[in-house]
Amino acid sequence: MAELIALSPLAGHLPLTVGQFMLTEAYLGPIHSVAPLPGRRAALDAALLAAGLVFPAPCEIREGTGCRLVWAGRDLAFLMGVAPTEAVCAAAAVTDQTDGWAALRLAGPGIADVLARLVPIDCREGALPPGRAARTQINHMPGLLLREGAEAIVLMTFRSMAATLVHEVAEAARRVAARD
Amino acid sequence: MRIPCPHCGTRDRREFYYYGADDYLRRPAADAAPAAWDAYLHLRDNPAGRLRDLWYHEPCGSWIAVDRDTVSHDIHGAVAVADLGGGRT
Repeated sequence: MAELIALSPLAGHLPLTVGQFMLTEAYLGPIHSVAPLPGRRAALDAALLAAGLVFPAPCEIREGTGCRLVWAGRDLAFLMGVAPTEAVCAAAAVTDQTDGWAALRLAGPGIADVLARLVPIDCREGALPPGRAARTQINHMPGLLLREGAEAIVLMTFRSMAATLVHEVAEAARRVAARD
Repeated sequence: MRIPCPHCGTRDRREFYYYGADDYLRRPAADAAPAAWDAYLHLRDNPAGRLRDLWYHEPCGSWIAVDRDTVSHDIHGAVAVADLGGGRT
């Protein structure tokens, strides 16, 4: 039987260093969307609690052991890092989206200046502090932003737009770096 | 123009799609008189001033009812349509 070689969404595009900015692929592990079924919210909360997690409030990232639960829309969260338990699957509509997303980690001093050219929200640390996520746009692409630290943000978009994501972010970084 | 999403906070206009007047939230009963359906489908006020209309916040997937003013361009608030109830569950 043929041995297939799996490629990550951004393989061949990253890593890149642009001025003071580092663009690397973020390996988030399995990604499952978790949407509470009508009337099953309490059961879902109990199932998540057993796994050491809490359903996130809007724009929140909840950290668990080796995983995180990220708010991703109205009544929707993404479980990253582990597969959901059976109890979670029973109380929520769960979809495996692992291969559907490309995730780029942008790091370095002044990343908010880069994102100001692409994203229509304030990405400075005061407005988007660590532990916060934002569903927004990355130029014309739908995106999910995860603030990881003072100088690191993960940008996620659909895998079909992976090369465009790298191009847009690298170009914006290049233009910010050129001003120094 | 900036619109307050009840989940995400104040966001730029380009994240939203416009639908129309909030008359769409008051759907007549299936057996209502033809005049009620005619009004629902076709008749709209066109006020200079305060009105309420429906917008879709594309990134987070929320329909919202926005209270705004067409004269001053003030936005007086917004609520999630899902929180208004009345939909099928």
